[in-house]
Amino acid sequence: MSNGYRTGLTALALSLGLTALAIPAMAQVKIAFVDPLSGSMAPIGEHGVKHFQYMIDKINAKGGVNGQKMELLTYDNKLSPQETVIAAQKAIDAGARILTLGNGSGAAAAMIDFVNKHNDRNPGKEVIYLNYAAVDPAFTNDKCSYWHFRWDAHADIKMAAITGYMKSNPKIKKVYLINQDYSFGQAVRKSAVTMLKAKRPDIQIVGDELHPLAKITDFAPYVAKIKASGADSVITGNWGSDISLLLKAAADANLQVDWYTYYAGGAGGPTSIKQTGLKDRVFQITEGLANINTKENYAWETDFRKKSAGQGWWYPRVRNEMEMLARAMNEAKSNDPKVFAEKLRGMKYKNIYGKDTYMRAEDHQFFQDMYISALTPMTGDMKFDEENTGWGWKLTATVPMSETDVPTTCKMAKPS
Amino acid sequence: MSDATMTAARGNPALDLLRRYGIWVIAAAVMIVLPKIFTSGAALTTMCLMGIMIVFSLAYNMLLGQTGMLSFGHAVYYGLGGFLAVHAMNTIAAGKLAIPLPVVPLAGGAMGLIFGFIFGAVSTRRAGTVFAMISLGLGELIASLSLILRGFFGGEEGITANRTKMLTLWGVRFGPQIEVYYLIAAWCFACMIAMYAFTCTPLGRMCNAVRDNPERAEFVGYSTQMVRFITFCISGFFAGVAGGLAAINFELMNAVNISGAQSGVVLLMAYIGGIGHFVGPILGAVLVVLLQVFLSDLTGAWMLYFGLIFITMVMFAPGGMAGLIMLHLPLWRRGTLLQIVPSYAVMLVPVLMGLAGLVTLIETSHHQLVKAATDGPAMKLFGIAYNSNSLLPWIVALALMGGGLYLGKLWGPRMADAYSDAAHGQDSNKREAGK
Amino acid sequence: MLELVIFSTLNGVLYGMLLFLLASGLTLIFSMMGVLNFAHASFYMLGAYFGFQLSQWLDFWVALFVAPVCVGLVGAAVERWGLRTVHKWGHVPELLFTFGLAFVVEELVQMVWGKLPVDYRVPALLDFHAFELFGTTYPAFRMFMLLISVAIFLVLLMILTRSRIGLIIQAALTHPNMVAMLGHNVPKVFMMVFGFGSGLAGLAGVIAGPALVTQPSMAHVLGPILFVVVVFGGLGSLPGAFIASLLIGLIQTFAIAINYSLGDALSAIGMARPMQGVLSDLWQVTVAQVGPVVPYLMLVLILIFRPTGLMGTREN
Repeated sequence: MSNGYRTGLTALALSLGLTALAIPAMAQVKIAFVDPLSGSMAPIGEHGVKHFQYMIDKINAKGGVNGQKMELLTYDNKLSPQETVIAAQKAIDAGARILTLGNGSGAAAAMIDFVNKHNDRNPGKEVIYLNYAAVDPAFTNDKCSYWHFRWDAHADIKMAAITGYMKSNPKIKKVYLINQDYSFGQAVRKSAVTMLKAKRPDIQIVGDELHPLAKITDFAPYVAKIKASGADSVITGNWGSDISLLLKAAADANLQVDWYTYYAGGAGGPTSIKQTGLKDRVFQITEGLANINTKENYAWETDFRKKSAGQGWWYPRVRNEMEMLARAMNEAKSNDPKVFAEKLRGMKYKNIYGKDTYMRAEDHQFFQDMYISALTPMTGDMKFDEENTGWGWKLTATVPMSETDVPTTCKMAKPS
Repeated sequence: MSDATMTAARGNPALDLLRRYGIWVIAAAVMIVLPKIFTSGAALTTMCLMGIMIVFSLAYNMLLGQTGMLSFGHAVYYGLGGFLAVHAMNTIAAGKLAIPLPVVPLAGGAMGLIFGFIFGAVSTRRAGTVFAMISLGLGELIASLSLILRGFFGGEEGITANRTKMLTLWGVRFGPQIEVYYLIAAWCFACMIAMYAFTCTPLGRMCNAVRDNPERAEFVGYSTQMVRFITFCISGFFAGVAGGLAAINFELMNAVNISGAQSGVVLLMAYIGGIGHFVGPILGAVLVVLLQVFLSDLTGAWMLYFGLIFITMVMFAPGGMAGLIMLHLPLWRRGTLLQIVPSYAVMLVPVLMGLAGLVTLIETSHHQLVKAATDGPAMKLFGIAYNSNSLLPWIVALALMGGGLYLGKLWGPRMADAYSDAAHGQDSNKREAGK
Repeated sequence: MLELVIFSTLNGVLYGMLLFLLASGLTLIFSMMGVLNFAHASFYMLGAYFGFQLSQWLDFWVALFVAPVCVGLVGAAVERWGLRTVHKWGHVPELLFTFGLAFVVEELVQMVWGKLPVDYRVPALLDFHAFELFGTTYPAFRMFMLLISVAIFLVLLMILTRSRIGLIIQAALTHPNMVAMLGHNVPKVFMMVFGFGSGLAGLAGVIAGPALVTQPSMAHVLGPILFVVVVFGGLGSLPGAFIASLLIGLIQTFAIAINYSLGDALSAIGMARPMQGVLSDLWQVTVAQVGPVVPYLMLVLILIFRPTGLMGTREN
């Protein structure tokens, strides 16, 4: 080993292979998309890229913003908070000052924290984080930041919508809660308990389950428990394999309950629901859906599906986000986040369904009507199915914006 | 010290000093100069990560390479160290503790040491499989606990801190990444020296004995269990320091850092670099961090390449990168290193051919299977645009691979001859041929 | 309550038998070759995907027989051209080879079949409810899984105790060197055992695929639990692996059914529930939440107090 360290030189010489990363800034507005593009969550990230590319193409076709074209840069954060920080750093090196990220509350929390610190330490080079899918309520409450705007309805808003619907449905008497054991799952569970108590005190919560995240291979024991509890409805925030496995086990045990879910519509969800044959029993809460019958919505959905091999427009919020961003930049006549962020605050906007929506200034949370829909085989008045299953989301109820107007604890610190 | 160096040392004390410590001086110089060359933010963050991982993988190799203990859960000490460091930073920021930021990694180290002590006491009683399995179980246990004990671990979002809200020391706030880089570089350098020094101590040597022949070590009068235990504690300490550095760098610690995946990564780093040499884990850490950070920008199939690189190393270069380099040490000593360059240059042709073929094959199939359904069959590789539906790219890829393999087999023996010529001299080779 | 106990028992036994199908192959490989095969669960996944593909092209019943054979052949090929090359470097590189292999298999599966779950269905013949108890139905396919696993277990037992090859394998489990001395072609036996073990894992995949979801992460989720089973049961002990599989299956299922936390236990004996401090969360956690962690705790404890495992006779 005496000469072992001699080659330490080689180690360091190797790191010389690191290429300088600075790319000269071009006269383009760069939007950095940071999300998992590899691993099990990659389908979700990759489909997100298509949404943003589609929006950017639309905006550029109309002349871009402030006379400049928009350009999408994509970065893989592998769903890890640390990688998110590295990806954000790479994006900023490449000249992006607008960052967008959706999946994983851990990654989103890291992004908010990173953006806050970056802006604090690099005055004049502020960046902005537009959140299109991370729904931890804390981000627009205790952890709210001037540099963070959220277009997705957070977990509490969605729960307010679900319970708002349950309020008017007297058939629901016994509710079972089953959620993943981490911050998001716990947020869902907590708000379900408090909101149900407030809106329908007569509903009995017969079970309140937390299970480990993405570790369960067989949900049969949980289903046996749900069955034993006599519940007629289940509320769950589960996503990914945790929702498909849960529904599968339920179908196996012939469990007849209604499922109120946050993410049954995620990638692969409709396929597995159809497989279990649970028709008209799985509900999801979203800010929009393909089968809302307006001319503009149908045209939009048809065009997008043509360009993305039949996959649907999952994120109506991406349209809201990008259109509002472009409007704010144009109105502010500036591409500097520090300037146009002010325009985004409190902005009112008419969405694709022709409904009024707004970005609340005090916590940077977007508000809109919410929709509850159920997955069923295609019927006459439905136009779009999901994942070529022949089943589509059918509108069950519209929850008006006023019902979802949850208060915030945010004390926004405005940068000087 | 080898004989050659000893002779040289007797001849000239100054030269001896240079030989002994020259490499460290060069290493320090390189660490100082690097950020002047690579100035971008991402490059700086990457280099910081390299520094952290060098410390972590060296700590890991104390177990695997030096003492022969295979651990599947070393991220426990890295993660716990990191978490304590984050909490320490928050406590300092709240004004309840008065220590400057550069000392915070020590807190991480202390945490690593304490838990190394606790878990080491139960797991180092046996070596081999039993130790490996206990480390796996403990790793999974702590990783699962990290999601349950939210107060300390902060759930899956983890705990954040702000390194600039600390006591300032000589006016350095550690806001800009470059200041953090030098902090990490300094710690990394100090840890490298400390861990190298450890390999030279009698205990460090005993570790090798325990690895190679535990029975004899017992007969000589050493308790192999005690040797393993002490090494485990020290390794836990350095892993904790690395965790503390990571906490400062990212200002964030979360459950991923303590998970089995992190334990797997450090194992990969140490092994790819080469566990048989001190420098191995350093090389491995640098390479793996580079791959992790930049490979995913180049290709969607980066995990596949990652796995293939690893398998190839395990199958054909068990000594790792350091092992490959060490093969050429005798040549360097004999001054015949240049002699084999032409032979290697020829070999480069089939190697590049084979690699180009393999990459084309993987990328084309990746495109065809994953992307073509939504993006259409048109794709671009090495700056050449083509259609993944057509047969031609597949034929080219297979031809390149086949050709590379064939030519490689053809030239392989000659290269081996050239190597042994250079290593043992022309005459010894001839003598063998004459038999 | 009674139905919960009955169904939990059924599910626990089923999960345990599934684990045993995997663990039996793993423990054979481990005991004979000394290889901790990290890729074993990958063969299980390959089985599920092969089964899915074959049942798409042909029929589930064809897949049931052909897919495990295919997986077994893949396994044998891996041993012949992969592990055997690495064997000369020692056990650690062998293990790392399987570690890397698991990585590559997962990536390849994702490339070929996509990252989303595939639509692998229960065959129409078995798509009905076997019986109904207190309003809960039990699917026929699960009974079928149970039958298959029990049958395999019996066949395995017969082979190992009654046949010549079984005797050689048994001998090789405890005295590998001696068997080689007696003139048996150990590399060939290794290859066959590896292929056979992989085939068993593949079979488990074929039958588990439709009942659970067939997706690229299925190997990753099950992998570590297998080591727990094998080590807990005792290296080289098939009966040990059997008991450990059932035990872990039952513990995991029953833990889920229990909703009490440590804090509840404290309150029950009249003590105050600690509400502060770093560990305060620990008192809130219910048994159901920690259920999946229990096997690892069992692993650590048994290795500390009985390093040979439950029924094992040797450590390495």
